[in-house]
Amino acid sequence: MNALIRFFVAMVAMAAALNVFAAADLEVNTPGINAIKQSMQVRHGQLAAHYSSGAVGLTADGMVALRDVGSVPMAQRQAVNALVAAENNDRSALYAEIANANGHPEWQAEIRSTFAQRWIQRAQPGWWVQSGGAWKQK
Amino acid sequence: MKKIWIALPLTIFALSACVTINIYFPAAAAEKAADMIIDEVWKNQKPAQSIPNQTQPAVKETK
Repeated sequence: MNALIRFFVAMVAMAAALNVFAAADLEVNTPGINAIKQSMQVRHGQLAAHYSSGAVGLTADGMVALRDVGSVPMAQRQAVNALVAAENNDRSALYAEIANANGHPEWQAEIRSTFAQRWIQRAQPGWWVQSGGAWKQK
Repeated sequence: MKKIWIALPLTIFALSACVTINIYFPAAAAEKAADMIIDEVWKNQKPAQSIPNQTQPAVKETK
């Protein structure tokens, strides 16, 4: 009888441990995600200056947007536009990839909004971020 | 009567397996994953506050 009780307790403990394990992490280490990360990391080298100048800001939906065209010299505008478009492409792809990598394509919107909060939270002082529909400088 | 000692753990195990499918969005895990990725993308940036707090800490840490 004692052995049976021990077996029962062990089963419950094992089941609980499995749950914790499964809930602990999201899979973010796939070739697809790593490639997007890499490309965003390289682009950040160019984008950082525009975040600081206020030309580009972080939006409430986890994207970036051209906020103040006037602060970009005419000659550079096209390049900045291209940077913003490419960054947004990567960001959309990243959110979709993470959702797919975890077998839940329907999580995409929630992943996006989680990222949106974290990008904004972690933006450097002086950068512009969107909050409640308006731009605010951190 | 003996069968219950086999059936009960199995039932609990099966039920817990349902939970591990993660029907609900794991918000904490997503936040952790987001931070990890943001860290890498914004590499040369000082780390900001780790967990989003609605209320800002009253005392700011000195550098």
